[in-house]
Amino acid sequence: MTGHTSRLSGSGMTLAYDKRVIAENLSVEIPDGSFTVIIGPNACGKSTLLRALARLLKPTAGTVLLDGRDVHSQPTRTVARTLGLLPQSSTAPDGITVAELVARGRYPHQGILRRWSAEDENVVQESMLATGVADLADRHVDELSGGQRQRVWLAMALAQQTPLLLLDEPTTYLDIAHQIEVLDLCAELHERQGRTLVAVLHDLNHAARYATHLIAMRSGRVARSGPPSEVLTAELVEEVFGLPCRVIDDPETGTPLVIPAARRSTGAPV
Amino acid sequence: MTTLERPAVRNRSIGSRVGIRPRAVVVGAVAALGAFVISVFSLGTGDFAIAPADVVTTLFGEGNPAHEFIISELRLPRLVTALAVGAALAAGGAVFQSLVRNPLGSPDMLGVTNGASTAALTVVILGGTSTQLSIAAVAGGLAATLLIQLIAGRALHGFRFILVGIGMAAILTGISGYLLTRGVQMENARALLWLTGSLDGRDWGQAVPMLIVLGVTLPVLLLVCGPGLRMLEMGDDSASALGVPVSLLRNGSLLAAALLVSFAAASAGPVNFVALIAPHLAKRLTRAPGPNLLPSIAVGALLLTGADFIAQHLLEDRALPVGVVTGLVGGAYLVWLLTTERRAGRI
Repeated sequence: MTGHTSRLSGSGMTLAYDKRVIAENLSVEIPDGSFTVIIGPNACGKSTLLRALARLLKPTAGTVLLDGRDVHSQPTRTVARTLGLLPQSSTAPDGITVAELVARGRYPHQGILRRWSAEDENVVQESMLATGVADLADRHVDELSGGQRQRVWLAMALAQQTPLLLLDEPTTYLDIAHQIEVLDLCAELHERQGRTLVAVLHDLNHAARYATHLIAMRSGRVARSGPPSEVLTAELVEEVFGLPCRVIDDPETGTPLVIPAARRSTGAPV
Repeated sequence: MTTLERPAVRNRSIGSRVGIRPRAVVVGAVAALGAFVISVFSLGTGDFAIAPADVVTTLFGEGNPAHEFIISELRLPRLVTALAVGAALAAGGAVFQSLVRNPLGSPDMLGVTNGASTAALTVVILGGTSTQLSIAAVAGGLAATLLIQLIAGRALHGFRFILVGIGMAAILTGISGYLLTRGVQMENARALLWLTGSLDGRDWGQAVPMLIVLGVTLPVLLLVCGPGLRMLEMGDDSASALGVPVSLLRNGSLLAAALLVSFAAASAGPVNFVALIAPHLAKRLTRAPGPNLLPSIAVGALLLTGADFIAQHLLEDRALPVGVVTGLVGGAYLVWLLTTERRAGRI
């Protein structure tokens, strides 16, 4: 993990929805083999950045480069074999089973005539085993719990077999145990399968614990980026989130742990 | 990974669980068989009755000349039109419902059929020929679709498309009403019959264009659009991330569906409810995700031939326009559906 090469990067991007500009002249590099986490306050543009990297939003200026070529000049299917995405909200079609949904991850590898191969079979089996949903294969997705469902979506994204995987707030709507479960799973995928992961996360302590590379954003700009231990300081949290806090070592992992300052009404020294 | 060899998963392949569902095949086959049986009876009944066995032998070119003439020249064009229009409406409806992700988002609710009606009505009031009427219906349906999409914006989000479509349907209904007040008695009778949807007096002139459109659009829809439409049900972002060219797919399928529905209207008038009910019924029976195109098509053909058979034989003295029957049956199905869904707490 040198962080010097980058298959996915954006340079000089202006990101806007219609006329509303979210970010101007934004540049980021996703280090190969990293577990990159993007943090920042609400409306800072972190999800917008992820959408731009995922080819869902075309920058009005600047480019997103995937393997050295503009991501918008490449066919959708080609991009989908390199770059996967777990969107914030997906709808499971009525009546679909877990196996059917995970198998849809194979879509970019299939053609009109070539429908299902031994490779598809193996990849889907392995994705379901890796995410622990193999026993649910014949269950309907709509009868699963939130945590199980998120693992199924993750399995689908894995079955896509992309070296790069983007995750837009993968832990939203999950309780704390399931959040950790999903993040542990991501860390495992990153370590064992050597995939480059990029996730948007809200929880700074989760970000600090799991990320190998952190991008802190504020008002459409990158405030700081680098290893969590260098990026996540009390000054940065104050600057980016406007939150007075202390940063201590996480007793479990030694990574930065953000402790918001207590209310000042007790008259305690500031 | 140590868990890789877990026998519980290995004993049945994923491939065997993710292909076309057997249930969907059964539904499609039963509906197609039903349509065939009704076709045979419908070809055999009329002023000159022909036994079902004779109908089948005649269809295979082995019948006597009298049967040959009655079936091929008099009755077959109407039946083929019914089958083709039913299939086209169902396929168009299935694509629309899938695109807007709403089971009520059918072309007859969203103004496409109304576009065809209004244009055709204009031709009737102006005293045009039936060829002009057909051309106007196709143009009207396509124009309405284009207009809805332009107003709803290029994103074609389900909800916006539905709202604009409903508005369009209302405006066009108003215009149609106005046109009817301007027409004179005789033209109005012809206009009203057309507006109900009827298969009376259909000859190969109506059947052949419909068959050509089906022959062109169905392969595209089934082979190219079908898999993409299934992906699109998961949301535009997911589909796009999986390599579906979302806007191309949406525009392409919308055009194909609008063509099918407009030509269906040109051939048989705006037959009510088939585009809404057939895909819905098919989906309910197959319980499979996706637009269920083939089962829908079979159900649509069955519904329309069945409805036309009833329309021709329900009353002793006179035949009804097929639209009366589809309206009654379709409306009843919709009411029943809304009631049961409500009782089940789903709406």
